[in-house]
Amino acid sequence: MRVTIDDSRCQGHGRCFSIAPELFESDELGNGVVIGGGTVGPYQEHHAGLAVANCPERAVSIEEA
Amino acid sequence: MSHLPVADFATDFDHTDPAWVNDPYPIYEDLRERCPVAHSDRYGGAWLPVRHEDVAAIANDHEHFTSRTVVVNEGRPGPDAPPAPIGVAPPITSDPPFHQLARRLLLPAFSPKAVGELEGFTRQLCNQLLDGLGDTDRLDAAVDYAQHIPVGVIAKMLGFPPEDGDLFREFVHIILEGVDLPFPERVASFEPLGEYFEAQVLDHQAHPRDDLTSFLLDVEINGQHLEMRHVFGTMVLILAAGIDTTWSAIGASIWHLARIEADRKRLVAEPELMATAIEEFLRAYAPVTMARLVKEDFEFQGQPMRKDDWVLLSFPAANRDPAVFERADEVVIDREVNRHAAFGLGVHRCVGSNLARMELRVALECFLERYPEFCVTDESAVTWSRGQVRGPRTLPLKVG
Repeated sequence: MRVTIDDSRCQGHGRCFSIAPELFESDELGNGVVIGGGTVGPYQEHHAGLAVANCPERAVSIEEA
Repeated sequence: MSHLPVADFATDFDHTDPAWVNDPYPIYEDLRERCPVAHSDRYGGAWLPVRHEDVAAIANDHEHFTSRTVVVNEGRPGPDAPPAPIGVAPPITSDPPFHQLARRLLLPAFSPKAVGELEGFTRQLCNQLLDGLGDTDRLDAAVDYAQHIPVGVIAKMLGFPPEDGDLFREFVHIILEGVDLPFPERVASFEPLGEYFEAQVLDHQAHPRDDLTSFLLDVEINGQHLEMRHVFGTMVLILAAGIDTTWSAIGASIWHLARIEADRKRLVAEPELMATAIEEFLRAYAPVTMARLVKEDFEFQGQPMRKDDWVLLSFPAANRDPAVFERADEVVIDREVNRHAAFGLGVHRCVGSNLARMELRVALECFLERYPEFCVTDESAVTWSRGQVRGPRTLPLKVG
């Protein structure tokens, strides 16, 4: 599975990179960016799910690879 | 202050009414079941949606609503007022597409990286305030502690003298709480603020330095320096949005921990819960209610909204909506799923949210480290601000 961010929805609340800094980071404006290809490792699924569930704009999602 | 008491919040609400100021949450809950969009003839006509869904819809609807002014008061922007798209305090009072330009230039100053550089200063400030209290078992966590933290941080960012803190709080009080003054009095009360900013701008023009004021004077949009009213307006915004809000969030969080002993003990014993606790305090005690003006007559959720009606955009009510949050009226400090809207929704998401979160975390960490034990001894001595920013303004505690 991999995480994605819909840039048209992201408003820079910063929840994803606070909760899952191994999967997301901030750009210079504070918007969320997926690190690398967004592949979720075996021990990262919980954090990935929380990043999805905590985004106020529903901009983060998980795709099954 | 000058208004009659509210008989029914569904048809006559007033966010300066003592019942609302004291405890607005039962009002939201009642309205959510009865309305769910309340109306009032006060302030020249105003609406209050209380469901998360409606608050989100309005926050994202720039076709029917304008941010031209965002503080509900007795007046309306007159013909001489700065027109949209800039508004009086850009970018919060700007509409798209100008909004995006004005916002983008501010964002790097409030990015997680920029905010991280202020953490050491903030911690030092908090510890100095606590040191200054000396060896005491009584203190006022709002007056002696919370109110000074954002003032100190914002003064540092703007490059204003730190000793002017009392002045900033007076300005912010006029902007945010003097909302039921007759309109000419309200306008006149802004004059000292304008004079103060003018003096700061002149000083920064003569002595440019590495701060947000010099940045605003230097930065360009499409090859042009910002108009002076844009610079002043953004300064007003940073003061008004950066001080009472964070002061309120820090105060409300300490108030909660002073009353709910189990949560305080747990947070002291398990500091790793701080991240979820902070988000939960922000959800449950969201300090900020925004506002919009209706652009033209139109119908929203069956309600006939009229041009220039106010709409109170209650993020605190949205955050207590049981349709979105389980146990919505409970404070659950280890709540893992928390899609709260304390910093707004849509393009106007609070520019300072990273800063506010850092200040709130550091303020709580320092306070709990110094005082692992504290409680409210007299509930009736706790007082709350009135208007669109809600937080304790006096919070006497017994500590130690």
